[in-house]
Amino acid sequence: MEQRINTEVWKALIRAFLPFKGRDVISILDFTREDLEELFERADYFLEHRRSYRLLEDYVVALAFFEPSTRTRLSFETAAKLLGAKVIGFTSEEGISIAKGESLADTIRMLDAYADIIVIRHRYEGAALFAAEIAESPVINAGDGKQHHPTQAMLDLYTIRKLYGSIDGLVYGVVGDLRYGRAASSFIYGLTLFKPKKVYLISPPLLRARPEVLEVLKERGIPFEEVTKVDEVVEEVDVLYVTRIQKERFPDPLEYERVKGSYRITIELLKRGKEHLRVLHPLPKVDEIEPAVDTSKYAAYFTQARFGVPVRMALLILIAGVEP
Amino acid sequence: MNPQTASLTVSKIRNGTVIDHIPAGKALLVLRILGITGKEGFRTAVLMNVESKKLGKKDIIKIEERELTSDEVNVIALVAPSATINIIREYNVYKKLRVQIPQIIRGFIKCPNPTCITNRGREALKARFKVIKRQPLLLQCVYCGTIISQEDLEKQLVM
Ligand SMILES: [Zn+2]
Repeated sequence: MEQRINTEVWKALIRAFLPFKGRDVISILDFTREDLEELFERADYFLEHRRSYRLLEDYVVALAFFEPSTRTRLSFETAAKLLGAKVIGFTSEEGISIAKGESLADTIRMLDAYADIIVIRHRYEGAALFAAEIAESPVINAGDGKQHHPTQAMLDLYTIRKLYGSIDGLVYGVVGDLRYGRAASSFIYGLTLFKPKKVYLISPPLLRARPEVLEVLKERGIPFEEVTKVDEVVEEVDVLYVTRIQKERFPDPLEYERVKGSYRITIELLKRGKEHLRVLHPLPKVDEIEPAVDTSKYAAYFTQARFGVPVRMALLILIAGVEP
Repeated sequence: MNPQTASLTVSKIRNGTVIDHIPAGKALLVLRILGITGKEGFRTAVLMNVESKKLGKKDIIKIEERELTSDEVNVIALVAPSATINIIREYNVYKKLRVQIPQIIRGFIKCPNPTCITNRGREALKARFKVIKRQPLLLQCVYCGTIISQEDLEKQLVM
């Protein structure tokens, strides 16, 4: 009994002083603002001290990508390798053949036997949570269907903090496919941990944010408004978070052709905005942003992508419970 | 006692459960939620549209030789929050239970989202719902976040 109490006390102490240690990363909503601030401080360190470390020398990080991804996978792989971890895993094609006939549960059990941290991307919503329930090692969700992409949200918020010094008090416009896009949903969830002045949800009616996302905004008292054109709010926003609208989402291709222009970000449009207006995008982008924007002061998305590595390095060491 | 109720409540049960004060018309949903189809073998009486002082009209279910567990009792609250449950032993009320909407509901509700991991046939996994609002009832799939209302739930139970 006494032994048990001690373990409980010990666990509570670890939670208090090392809130990330051993933790699963399923949704950005599992975190507090304080957690993220701690994460961002570590990310600052890795951004300033870009070199390789031996902090995770004894660690195996498994990258289980059941769905195609180049950016997120490379970003995790680079982060893990810079920390000295051994990286194992598979990408979508192997993932499909592994998954053929085998349950996700069995694949996770196998990876759990090898790895100290499991990073998973899967087509099904809830796959990462399910994996976390099975695995003893901490699980990081690198995208589950249309639902969550918490590490993307972390680096998005980190980018805004870097650009503006604070995430609070700004007006945000989240543009594109808010219904099926996990980056957009996760970004909106992430904003609810802070105090945005206002969040505009800008999408065609067909691709509005899902009810559960709006529920969180309401519950947390975030001022928000659903609009259908970037045009309507461009003068007011400080940050435009742009995501791709896929043609396939529209039952009628003509409807897509008719609306797509309302979500295209051009230099012309941005010039109407505030002086310090910046555009973020989780990438890859196709034609939702005019190429001329890429080399303008408005484009923050390449910097944003670069922050993926230090933010993920920070997350990995915090989960492992080690310090640089 | 008026003659009508008398004729309907004569069949006192010896051992089992009486679920009373079910809103009129919801008795079959309650049976669905409990997974009672009639094939289980125990005698079950369903009384519908019985006069009630509290509800105007109500349904009653009597199940012989089966005592409901408190988990079973609580899921009844999803469709019949006013229901009261009496566990009967040797013709007497052995225990009275009030239904209370649980915080987490396991098992019997299917997630309507086709790409929810709980609908991937290969996994040994049952949907789990969190109650996010009691009045009006809103349930959220723990895995995929999909929200379902009382109406969605009842539709699913009828199907
Ligand atoms: Zn679900």
